[in-house]
Amino acid sequence: MHKESKIRDPLILGNKTYHDITRDIARPVEGKANKYWWILLSLSAVLMLWGFACIAYTIGTGIGAWGLNTTVNWAWDITNFVWWIGIGHAGTLISAVLLLFRQKWRMAINRSAEAMTIFGVLQAGLFPLIHMGRPWLAYFVFPIPNQFGSLWVNFNSPLMWDVFAISTYLTVSVVFWYIGLIPDFAMIRDRMDKTISPMRKKLYTLMAFGWSGRAKHWQRFEEVSLVLAGLATPLVFSVHSIVSMDFATSVIPGWHTTIFPPYFVLGALFSGFAMVETLLIIMRKVVNMEAYITIKHIEYMNVIILFTGSLVGVAYITELFMAWYSGVEFEQYAFLNRATGPYWWAYASMMTCNVVIPQLYWIYKIRTSFVATFILSIFVNIGMWFERFVIIVTSLHRDFLPSSWTMFSPTFIDIGIFLGTIGFFFVLFLLYSRAFPVVAQAELKSVLKLSGSEYKK
Amino acid sequence: MKNKIIHAIFDDEQDILSVVKDLRDKKIVINEVYSPFPIHGLDPVLGLKETRMAITAFIYGCIGLTFGALLIYYTIISGVGKSWPMNIGGKPNFTFYHNLPSFVPIMFECTVLFAAHLMSITYLFRNKLYPGATTTSPDPRTTDDKFLVEVICDDNKKEVISLLKKSNVSEINEKDEV
Repeated sequence: MHKESKIRDPLILGNKTYHDITRDIARPVEGKANKYWWILLSLSAVLMLWGFACIAYTIGTGIGAWGLNTTVNWAWDITNFVWWIGIGHAGTLISAVLLLFRQKWRMAINRSAEAMTIFGVLQAGLFPLIHMGRPWLAYFVFPIPNQFGSLWVNFNSPLMWDVFAISTYLTVSVVFWYIGLIPDFAMIRDRMDKTISPMRKKLYTLMAFGWSGRAKHWQRFEEVSLVLAGLATPLVFSVHSIVSMDFATSVIPGWHTTIFPPYFVLGALFSGFAMVETLLIIMRKVVNMEAYITIKHIEYMNVIILFTGSLVGVAYITELFMAWYSGVEFEQYAFLNRATGPYWWAYASMMTCNVVIPQLYWIYKIRTSFVATFILSIFVNIGMWFERFVIIVTSLHRDFLPSSWTMFSPTFIDIGIFLGTIGFFFVLFLLYSRAFPVVAQAELKSVLKLSGSEYKK
Repeated sequence: MKNKIIHAIFDDEQDILSVVKDLRDKKIVINEVYSPFPIHGLDPVLGLKETRMAITAFIYGCIGLTFGALLIYYTIISGVGKSWPMNIGGKPNFTFYHNLPSFVPIMFECTVLFAAHLMSITYLFRNKLYPGATTTSPDPRTTDDKFLVEVICDDNKKEVISLLKKSNVSEINEKDEV
């Protein structure tokens, strides 16, 4: 049996037994939802429906319903797309990269982080779909034999790489998530007695796939998880690298930089962890997971945020330096305009939220406070949205021809769709938190005797 | 005489490791071990062979890579690509290797797509897991906090039970084999 050093802080608090873990994880599924859950769900559902209405309006009237113009022909749609994709990155990082590094603290949060990934990527996928204008023709992006004879998709295009990267990422994340969920659904299924309605029992029996926990099955389970983690790790880095190439392979000053792939990946991890914190700090209270999602987990995530945030800051400065060092006056102007032009406030918000504010995590008291972390995570979420806005809109709004220089202002449809995706995301997450085991209990039980506070005495 | 199935239930995974070792030392065949989570160190004690899931993933990955390469070759370079060549940004599209850098992402994604999905399907198939399957565990508590060792015995029943009783067993149940 592995032994863990006594000076490592416990990851499971309180005097828990295996049965306590089962009961705690199954409680939100078996019990009734409280008032706050219903209030949050109604609010999110209203936002979601409003977003759907705006999407319907866009499809009915066309992309002209948005604030785009001939100069700024790409704005909130792609900003929101990249923002959501970025948020989706923390889930796979937690479940795959931290699994490869054997970080045990991942076990309490990976299930929810992966759920967040899947729901985030779903929101991201909506934007290219709506932006097509005729979403019923979306199948054109897939390389399928078609009625046009010899016309195939262009495999040289980064947008085509995006299609492959994001569909692979979404489906592999779902599979990875579900493989881990099977034993936990089985746990819920086996707890259900006659007081539970037969429909629910049937549903969980269906979802548990007949899992029975045989030794050979567990052996395969562990190997499959490890290999999936090994596959998902390069996948997650490829996805945001490819998203960045949507910009980096173009010839627009401000986009045409080789630093983009690592810079985007780091930004994605940074924003993803911030969103995980925003969600988990609320969720641990709402579904009573305080013993499993502890301040130690939050502190570890804050350290990652501090690290990636600092690297993102280095990337911002490198961009400025390279613009000057390149000697290309267009490139230099693009960056000067970002910082001091009419969008200086967006650039300043980005710098403040992403570079300055996360530096507060050097202070132990802030790094180990739920309230401070929650507030700071919101700042990072906002800052990362502005980062994409700055990259996209400020690079476009003053293009090669000064006579066509203009500004971008979103219409209420733009805003409605963005808010709608936030509502949709929260609707999915709230439903998940009531129907799914929100902590990977089987994995957690396997480390109880290593990392439980009772066993560390 | 009918064979008996003995279900020995334990509260701790460490007891499972020692009892499985003792039983196997006495050449008693253990039919199955059910547990709520993977027990580390059980596989060698139980004599389970290493799983070949990772090997299947490698094979599926190779298939995915080949598929991606052939798809691109057919649609962009030869086949339909010849009759409808797409000149995009002046990128050379006469030979595969000239254009290889911009094909790498798709080939990589196909590799991961095939490896991950086909391995997961193989995993479900080998474990006989599918929607609607019912559990084969003899005791529902094995997904909660109990560890169960299943032994099938013929005339050595007494020996098995006495061995089990020496350990930290919490319950012993007998059943006729069906």
